[in-house]
Amino acid sequence: MYTEKVMEHFKYPRNMGEIPDADGVGTVGNPVCGDMMSIYIKVKEDRISDIKFKTYGCGAAIATSSMITELAKGKTLDEALKITRGDVANALEGLPPVKMHCSNLAADALHAAVEDYRGKASGKVKREATTTEINRCEYCKREIPPEECALATYCTTVDGKEYTFCCSQCGQQFQREKTRG
Amino acid sequence: MPVEKPLRIYMDHTAGKPVDPSVIEAMLPYMRSFYGNPSAIHAFGSETRRALEEAREKIATLINAEGKESIIFTSGATESNNMAIKGAAYRNKDQGTHIITSRIEHMSVLNPIKFLTTREFKATFLSVDHQGLVNLKELEETLTNETILVSIMYANGEVGTIQPIKEISQTVHSKNAILHVDATAANGQVPIDVQDGGIDLLSISSNDLYGPKGVGALYVKKGVRIEPLFQGGGQERGIRSGTENIPGIVGFGKAAETAQKEMPTESKREAKMRDKLIKGLLDNAPHSFLNGHPTKRLPDNAAVRFDFIEGESILLSLDMKGVAASSGSACTAKTLEPSHVLLAIGLKHEEAHGSILFTLGKQNTEAEVDYVIEIMPEIVKRLREMSPLTPKEMKLNVH
Repeated sequence: MYTEKVMEHFKYPRNMGEIPDADGVGTVGNPVCGDMMSIYIKVKEDRISDIKFKTYGCGAAIATSSMITELAKGKTLDEALKITRGDVANALEGLPPVKMHCSNLAADALHAAVEDYRGKASGKVKREATTTEINRCEYCKREIPPEECALATYCTTVDGKEYTFCCSQCGQQFQREKTRG
Repeated sequence: MPVEKPLRIYMDHTAGKPVDPSVIEAMLPYMRSFYGNPSAIHAFGSETRRALEEAREKIATLINAEGKESIIFTSGATESNNMAIKGAAYRNKDQGTHIITSRIEHMSVLNPIKFLTTREFKATFLSVDHQGLVNLKELEETLTNETILVSIMYANGEVGTIQPIKEISQTVHSKNAILHVDATAANGQVPIDVQDGGIDLLSISSNDLYGPKGVGALYVKKGVRIEPLFQGGGQERGIRSGTENIPGIVGFGKAAETAQKEMPTESKREAKMRDKLIKGLLDNAPHSFLNGHPTKRLPDNAAVRFDFIEGESILLSLDMKGVAASSGSACTAKTLEPSHVLLAIGLKHEEAHGSILFTLGKQNTEAEVDYVIEIMPEIVKRLREMSPLTPKEMKLNVH
């Protein structure tokens, strides 16, 4: 299912590890989703002089992390910000379609690391994302955290409608018609 | 004695088993020479009819059915489960419209029931405990006179837990509901006796017995009535129309006969290897755990999980070393969801993601088990070194 290039990076990941005195760190993903990665950068004269990664996740997550460190090393920060998820996938000679969204997070992590560096350099405090929407299971009334809401469900399609087990705790079934984006 | 390193080790038997050579031999004449339609009255038909009925007898013997007429051949466990559930629900809807099942059933049980709830039926999904045992108290409390069908699996293929079917049957029958048991994972592993167990409908498949894929059966107890899924020429007592898959059914029969002979010794052998594998995996890696029940467990099933790492990367690492296993991780699923079974036994998403399932089979040897035990710590250590979730203070080398 994976290309040889993906497997090669999975077997021999480049630049794996942490930089304890990193100038910028970007962490994206979530262990609940099954993929999480941190990118550490050192910056010298507006260029990425060193880069390392740590990743929890599937083969694609590890290979994309490894690949982005190769793509970004030596680049200016502006050049690094231009590296897209598509560039990472292309450099790996393609990823399975199902992995394009969930596991191809390395570009996002790199961008977050660059932004972290620039934020620190300019003295700005990183703004935390806030959510006000609270989802509750219709049956046990448990509050379902946003990151779980999309995940605690599994769906089946009958007559074009999706039926969902929403709550991983009480397992109660309720029907929710959803439109696939 | 040094371990000979084999190149390919198959420990994913619950996903698919090789066909036994004796089964292939038994099937060949029914592809080469005997092709008559078993419904035909001429000699060509009689030959295949005889083979069909002999196979039916062998399946009936394996599960101790009261007679071979109770065995209906199908295209596999998915069809058997659909036939049992939709068939019993529609046939008995005058008696009530409530169905009970558990949250750890196979998709081919859960999805037909979910489908029925979009029609005139209601369903209750029973919880299970941390070891995968169905909550019997909840079963008692939710059973009403409206309940027409209860579907509980004999054993779960993903966590290995074996349910107390006899006890479940007594409870179910106290309210005159029908008990359907999906025995796909248990079949060939543990002795199944439909009469002693008080089972009304039982699904089994051929491949789980080292028979060909695409063949299965539904046991329908005498007196239990179900609506057919297919209307047609009225084969299989009108319950399953369509010309019978004779080569497949002959292979299924042979596989059942062989399973019955081999099960007592083979189950013991596999259970011993299973215990060694589980112990070896857990002892050699910190933060590793068993999934499922420690003793009420299928003999082929070693389900474990490792914290801080993800299952697909474990599977790829094993595959690089020649070992085939499977995982409950979302990353190996079509749905991008971790296994519903692992979530139902109370695992967190990240725990489910780190779950690995080894299922043993007839050709596995103890040397292969030793090899897996030997290579696993290094795989776990390498992935933990990469993982940002691994606690910094954790010692990665513990032996």
